Amino acid sequence: MTDTQTAHATAGQAAIEQGEPYRRLWLRRVLQQLGPFLFVLALGAALTIASPYFLTGTNISAVFVQMSVIAIIAVGQVMVIITAGIDLSVSTVVALSGVLSTMVVVNDHWSIPLGMTVGVLVGGGVGAINGLLVTKVHLPPFIATLGTLSAVGGIALLITNGQPIAAPTSFDTLGDGHVGPIPVPIVVMAVVAAVGWFILARTTLGRSAYAIGSSYETARLSGIRVNRVLIAVYLIQGLLAGLGGVIVASRVVTGDPSAGANYNLDAIAAAVIGGASLFGGEGTVIGGLIGALLMELISNGGDLLNISNFWQDFILGVVIIAAVAYDQVRRRALEKR
Amino acid sequence: MSVATASPTRPAVEMLGIQRHFPGVQALKGVDFRVRAGEIHALLGENGAGKSTLMKILAGAERKDEGRILLDGEEVRIGGPTDALEHGIATVYQETSLAPHLSVAENLFIGRLPTTAPGVVDWRELRRQAAQVLERLQVPLPLRARVSELTIAQQQMTEIAKALSHRVRVLVLDEPTSALTETEIAELFRVLRDLRAQGVAIIYISHTIEEILELCDRVTVLRDGELVGEREVSTTTADELVRLMVGRPLVEMFPKEPAPMGEELLRVEKLRVRGRQTEVSFSVRAGEVLGFAGLLGAGRTALMRAIIGAIPVESGTIYRDGKPVRIRNPQGAIAHSIGYLSDDRRRSGFAGLLSVADNLSLASLPQFSRVGLLRRGDERRSAEAMVRTLRIVTPSIDQRVALLSGGNQQKTVLGKWITAGVQILILDEPTRGIDVGAKVEIYRLINRLAKQGKAVILLSSYLPEVLGMSDRILVMRRGAIVAEFKRGEATQEDVMFAATGQHPNAQAQGGTSR
Repeated sequence: MTDTQTAHATAGQAAIEQGEPYRRLWLRRVLQQLGPFLFVLALGAALTIASPYFLTGTNISAVFVQMSVIAIIAVGQVMVIITAGIDLSVSTVVALSGVLSTMVVVNDHWSIPLGMTVGVLVGGGVGAINGLLVTKVHLPPFIATLGTLSAVGGIALLITNGQPIAAPTSFDTLGDGHVGPIPVPIVVMAVVAAVGWFILARTTLGRSAYAIGSSYETARLSGIRVNRVLIAVYLIQGLLAGLGGVIVASRVVTGDPSAGANYNLDAIAAAVIGGASLFGGEGTVIGGLIGALLMELISNGGDLLNISNFWQDFILGVVIIAAVAYDQVRRRALEKR
Repeated sequence: MSVATASPTRPAVEMLGIQRHFPGVQALKGVDFRVRAGEIHALLGENGAGKSTLMKILAGAERKDEGRILLDGEEVRIGGPTDALEHGIATVYQETSLAPHLSVAENLFIGRLPTTAPGVVDWRELRRQAAQVLERLQVPLPLRARVSELTIAQQQMTEIAKALSHRVRVLVLDEPTSALTETEIAELFRVLRDLRAQGVAIIYISHTIEEILELCDRVTVLRDGELVGEREVSTTTADELVRLMVGRPLVEMFPKEPAPMGEELLRVEKLRVRGRQTEVSFSVRAGEVLGFAGLLGAGRTALMRAIIGAIPVESGTIYRDGKPVRIRNPQGAIAHSIGYLSDDRRRSGFAGLLSVADNLSLASLPQFSRVGLLRRGDERRSAEAMVRTLRIVTPSIDQRVALLSGGNQQKTVLGKWITAGVQILILDEPTRGIDVGAKVEIYRLINRLAKQGKAVILLSSYLPEVLGMSDRILVMRRGAIVAEFKRGEATQEDVMFAATGQHPNAQAQGGTSR
């Protein structure tokens, strides 16, 4: 039975070898990377024409600051999705991280950098728990992180009694400060993206993540330490969600236990719009950034053009569906070959 | 329920001039196959002989390139599985297609449950109808039990009952006994004989010759996609059937070049795989190609996966270069220089979304990195060299492996283990589903590896391959090694007799039994 199936599959592959010119394969791959990017450029051009306020330094800077937290989390989400996993817990990690980092500063008089470090590390802790649940307890990532999503959200509300914690004004450097002319969140985003790209493209960890997502059994039989890799990936996602939480708290100078509500799906959407496949094995940091930028442009452009938030949500939904549908069609075409 | 309309001598099913072509393989070369109503007709042949393809065409699961299918003398078009069922052709595959969480009764009538009102299931009627079907089979199956709670034999009976609940005229069974105990087999045979008496045409795919002799009326033998014989079971012998099945002389396809033998590299003593009752011992030396023959499910793959630590071992010892070692996982096996090329290339051989280069280095990442940073220059140079040496046909080393042909995919997987530089390479069905040209290239590679002083363990269900390429052949049956032959000592018949447990003459036991 299997031999005929394989023979069947071989049929298409042989056709490729003989028929399909390499140029078209190459073009298809470039299109996959460039599709969303071209869409961003087109949207940017349209907004430049439609609104005189769009292409101004202040507005562009605002767009990048606005997208930074989602982009940072999306970098981690891309890594998780590449392993054919998902992390649904990031939104409450953002809340817990913000709450804890402000809390230790306000209540325990820890220094602000130390408080922020606490926030990031707590995120890492939750990520490590996610990783252990997925690898050692063999929970599906969706369930494991759905559980921690709720549990972590509960902790954030419990330790604050549901009340926001006002931080000292000097807490605002990470969110509102500048490095030269450039806002700090943009700098952080750039550094995270660079490190994320490096991990995925240049380290054994990144390579292993792609291999696991493409074929878990192949990776395992090839001697890749699959558990370690998965734990590391969830840990990184946790750290980045923690970092995102600290930035959010810093921007509003408040530790809000109900912050971060939308970051979950936004980060996943950014990753997916950027070409990460929920089936694993595919995705790039640059794609995640483009996805986050596209989402921010829709929201920014909507505001500039006085399109209601309701419509913005609707448009965003259509874009997500279109992006995933595109991914599906492309995949099916690939599998047919 | 089924009523056979044809007279007992006229063919109920005629498949005429059936051809099916896959790239590099002519799977069926104009096969004529006729089955009468009220007979049990065996379809016999080695793996890859075309049995499954032929039956899939009948079941509508595979299309034919040429040929006609006649039911009771009338030509029919079978465009898909639904067409086949409507014509009364039902197939029971090796893996059951039941819904494990539903009850037996629900499974029997899934998709056409009796209702009281639209969308409301009439449970009483369902159980009545289900009981009626089982009545016909004379099998007491628990109607309310979930399928997942049944034994394999009961699941298979449920499959057969499900087939009968359609108006079945032709029942195809694909290796139905492979997972059954002796008593369960006897029960299955009783049911099949009853159905035969009711006029159903039964096609029985098997390569266990004793079963065919016991159960069937006629037998059709396929080899390499061709019909090589049709016999009345009453007038044939096991000897004749085996000869028909393996028939062909060892062709020049196997360019075996014996290599000088060295030290013993691996020895396995009394290894018992978890969940199995049998212990296995064997050893392999440098420069040796050790063949493992046996039918599908004989336990070869499980044994090898246990050796590399991919599945748990119950007891026993593995010696590497004479020293006992414990291998807990595949990276442990690689640390002891043992590589395993999986029999399921798609699922566990290559990572299809990764490039050729990335796949080639997958088992050697420590070698191509320093403190976790990839040395991509080295990696790519090594990949370029490997693509040239193995003549992997790919537009570039950046091509995704999923887009290569089967043969080039397999060469990439083999290249992965050669890159890793393992001393002991276990090849599990390395040429399955690839074209002839690529097969020969893989045989040449096996020669080259042996000459380099590596030990190659070759698992294959394709007898000419094991016989043609190995220095020594072990035959496994039901989890145990049942025979050992030196190169040139055994014929395909000998090995097939050992693998099927069929010993018509003393010669076949010429090897040392364990």
